[in-house]
Amino acid sequence: MSNDIFQGYKGKALEILKKYNVRVWGQAEINTTRGVFKGTVLPRSENDDDKHIVMKIITGYNIGIDVDTIIDLKETGYKKANYQIPEKEFPYSKDKPNVKLFGTGGTIASRLDYRTGAVIPAFSPGELYGAVPELADICNLNTEKLFAVFSENMGPKQYIALAKAIGKEIENGIDGIIIGHGTDTLHHTAAALTYMVQNPPVPIVLVGSQRSSDRPSSDAALNLMHSAYAAAHGDIAEVMVCMFGPTSDEYGFLHRGTRVRKMHSSYRSTFRTIGDIPLATVTRNEVKPLKPDYNHRRRDKKVTIKPFFDDRVSIVYYYPNMKPDIIDSLVDNGYKGIIIAGTGLGHVNKPLYPAIERAVKKGVSIFMTVQTLWGYVRMFVYDTGRDLMAKGIVPLENMLPEAAYIKLGWALGQTDDPEKLKKIMLTPINDEITKREPYNGYLIYQGGVPEVEEFIKKVHK
Amino acid sequence: MIIHNDKKAAKNGAEARLNYEKTKKAVGYVPRKKATQKDYDRIGFMSGLEVHQQLKTSEKLFCHCPAGIYQKPDDFDAEVIRHMRPTLSELGEYDGTALMEFKTRKKIVYHLKNETACTYEVDDTPPFHINQEALKIAMEISLLTKLNIVGEVHITRKQYLDGSIPTGFQRTAIVGVEGEIPLKNKKVRIIQLSLEEDSCREVSDIGHTRVYRTDRLGMPLIETVTYPDMTNPDEVKEACDYIRFLNRSTGHVRTGMGAGREDVNVSCKGGTRIEIKGVAHTKWIPELTHNECYRQWALLQIKNILNKKISDKSSWKISSKKLNFYDFKFDYEPLINAKNNRYKIYAVNMPKFKGILSHFTQPGKTFTNEITDRLKVIACLEKPNMTSSEELQPVVDEKDFNKIRQMLNADSDDAQLIFWGPEEDIETALETIEERCLMAFDGVPEETRKYLDDGTTIFERVLPGADRMYPDTDTAPIPVDEAYIENIKKNLPTEIIDRYKQLKKWKVPEDTFTYIFKKNLFLTIKKIVQDLKIDPRFVCTFFGHTFKFVETHYITTNEFSVDRIYDMFKYLLDNNIDLAISKRMISVVYQHPKMDFDSVLISMKFKKILKEDIISEIPYLKKKFAEIRISQKDNVENKWIMGQLNRMATGNMPLKDLYKIVNNSLK
Repeated sequence: MSNDIFQGYKGKALEILKKYNVRVWGQAEINTTRGVFKGTVLPRSENDDDKHIVMKIITGYNIGIDVDTIIDLKETGYKKANYQIPEKEFPYSKDKPNVKLFGTGGTIASRLDYRTGAVIPAFSPGELYGAVPELADICNLNTEKLFAVFSENMGPKQYIALAKAIGKEIENGIDGIIIGHGTDTLHHTAAALTYMVQNPPVPIVLVGSQRSSDRPSSDAALNLMHSAYAAAHGDIAEVMVCMFGPTSDEYGFLHRGTRVRKMHSSYRSTFRTIGDIPLATVTRNEVKPLKPDYNHRRRDKKVTIKPFFDDRVSIVYYYPNMKPDIIDSLVDNGYKGIIIAGTGLGHVNKPLYPAIERAVKKGVSIFMTVQTLWGYVRMFVYDTGRDLMAKGIVPLENMLPEAAYIKLGWALGQTDDPEKLKKIMLTPINDEITKREPYNGYLIYQGGVPEVEEFIKKVHK
Repeated sequence: MIIHNDKKAAKNGAEARLNYEKTKKAVGYVPRKKATQKDYDRIGFMSGLEVHQQLKTSEKLFCHCPAGIYQKPDDFDAEVIRHMRPTLSELGEYDGTALMEFKTRKKIVYHLKNETACTYEVDDTPPFHINQEALKIAMEISLLTKLNIVGEVHITRKQYLDGSIPTGFQRTAIVGVEGEIPLKNKKVRIIQLSLEEDSCREVSDIGHTRVYRTDRLGMPLIETVTYPDMTNPDEVKEACDYIRFLNRSTGHVRTGMGAGREDVNVSCKGGTRIEIKGVAHTKWIPELTHNECYRQWALLQIKNILNKKISDKSSWKISSKKLNFYDFKFDYEPLINAKNNRYKIYAVNMPKFKGILSHFTQPGKTFTNEITDRLKVIACLEKPNMTSSEELQPVVDEKDFNKIRQMLNADSDDAQLIFWGPEEDIETALETIEERCLMAFDGVPEETRKYLDDGTTIFERVLPGADRMYPDTDTAPIPVDEAYIENIKKNLPTEIIDRYKQLKKWKVPEDTFTYIFKKNLFLTIKKIVQDLKIDPRFVCTFFGHTFKFVETHYITTNEFSVDRIYDMFKYLLDNNIDLAISKRMISVVYQHPKMDFDSVLISMKFKKILKEDIISEIPYLKKKFAEIRISQKDNVENKWIMGQLNRMATGNMPLKDLYKIVNNSLK
């Protein structure tokens, strides 16, 4: 109980509050050596120090009071804030498609958390409708909170739970599925669901936001509308990531779940399809396919759910002078599969060779991807590559390291047999390996060049 | 026949103009020049200030872009588009402005220039650590303003949904609270001082698109907020001048157009706090606050009239009908353009509003302006967007209005307006009209207003409240310990405040202040005034105007110091030479600091001439002028004679005295 009254305060600050009997949300007058301060005592973030008391003053600003300067403290009133997004019942209309939104956490819908001072997820159809009423023009929305974890805490357990939940919804005849997800590992989950939910009849759209919805310029609302449209009305029945195309509030991209990657730590337009073009662009009233070949929406309720995962897998990001003990320690700790993100066309240095041989001998499967992200592993070009293949490393063509890591875990969940594993890994489920890299699949423009500058000025980035 | 006359009167607006004058009188409006404290006490003039001042730092507040580099309106490298949505405040409430801005559905376009904007400006990168230089300056000014310094600086997000900041909020932080500044006759209390990032500069705002430049965005700025302690327009200016000067006295703030801007809050008795935004010059404050206070007083009169006429506000409603352009004889160009643009034209009836639309609000403005301004801002209808049955200069024939009255089943006590705009904006426009009319029953709606050159204001936004504050989750609080404060206190330029007060006491023109302090001339001036007993106003303007000009237009040597000016004045007094010649001497003294003063005067061809000898020239000059006279204007002759005598007289007698003598001789 005392935790609630003095929320977040500890040490000296807590002592002072207790001594003068002033609660969090209490209106207080604090007399200090720096003068008198009046306001409402706010909760304190757990990670902040114990030397200050936080107050909201009458003008709405927050300030901190140094406890060492406090002479006297008096509570004059009490008013607890009620932070709640206005909850309105999500309207139902017969002629609109039914969409299910699974919540996993993340910044798609969030509110302030006084414990950490950061934002925490907030989520319910009512809240979402209160915040983004336009959703009701697109579809009938049902939500289900599967877990409330930040993106970085998503793992195999969650992938499997999600895949099963999706399978059930499809069986029940849903028209489209949205998954709200933190953005950091959105592409890992997208890859996992691509392998686990095969040949779905409806769109499965993963969506997040780069700016939390407590900001007026958040991308959350638009991303939600885009994903709702893609899920409800789009013809592409695949596992996709739906995020901003340009950083401007203009349109979103639908990325294939196995070829997408977060490429900037903070940009809104952070998700890009690597080594190919995105599936489609999406606005709040149109999905415009860019790729002609995709899995079309069907009327049946058939889907193959393969909810497997063995987490004895790892990615090793190679760097010059890597010591063999890195590989050794993985093997010694019981890992069954290793994805190497090699340099150039897929290389590591010679001192690693014995460790690789030892690993393969112990039945650990090792696969090669490239840390350049764009381009294919081509291990025939140089001797090093040929040596490595001879030692049992399997090149994974143009599979992205993260997509490969997830796939290997998923494959290991099904078999330990290296030959079978190899076959699963090299048989693409949905373009994690493509036969060709289109000419416009690698476009990283460099600023400063006149024609690029001209392009940037004309076209919103 | 009588009816016909009435119609005619209405058509050319005489009736409306009559009502305007009548209501203006009833409000008791007096021009500012004629207003006294009694007038202001009668209507309960009350005003407070939010003074913004840019700080002189090399970089912006939360990123490392350079501060103080500006672009021309069309000079940009890239564009970003955003839309703003209202979000909840920390206390869980939506802000009024936020909802209004959302209603306007604006597309915001940002112009970016590589040199002055990085990914932080467009909200694609979280903030970097706060600029320490800026924090220190803010702290310094807070201490000078006698504020209580906070123990911990918390960055807060203040929502702005007009798009002037791409994040949709301004990062701002309180440095100190509860201070005071001294005015001539009273002390003005200070609520708080905050350190914040500056906003974008607007390029254009047409229809549903608003364009901003991001060069100024993110520059460090402090805002000093006063209590509403000022009780007349001149006091507001005085307080503002004081705060601006105090800021400048540190030498750490930017100067020039736009570097200091103030939001002026005004209310009258029974009125409400209205914020006049971004006044760039303090000399405009008196006229603006005067007119705003009377506008509120007028709105209260409208409130009384309406409540007397209409007992039940809750059942009051407008009614409207779409008009077919060809059913009328519209020859007003904006209406013709509206038809050509395929806009919808609507007529609105406002029951029992006759006499309200032409009611005085501001000089030359009526209640109609309150509606047209809101139609522009909220419904995005470009002006002119409407006309009414009570225009001071009518543009639609009374016959057309009669037809409209029939269509709308209007009563003779009703008022009508016609507005036009794109179909998708009509609903918002109708809501806006009704909303503003209903607000009139309650008096003065809370607004921020934009000022115009003529001293009047127009609606800008609904006034935001404390509900738009939210803690910044991207930054950690910054502790402010005693050692840090003590260190700043040690180097505080406190004497400058005293010097400022001294200059004020001497009644020295304010345009000299900045130069005097910038060049550290105060002590020299004080010495001249005390030792040589020269009029301080003369000495200060000598430095602040004459010497400033000389210093920027001539070249000197290392030997020059301002002590030489002290010596020059002493020499003139000792030799009984009129001080006026100093203004001519200084350019020579400045260029040749080692030259003795006798030689300076010789080089200027100065001769000592007796006063009588100068005066004796007048009759000859009068004769000469009679020969060459062209203009018949009154004071040409004395001016010409003075011109002829100026060189001879300067230094030998005060020119003021000579001017009197010349004038007398002409009588």
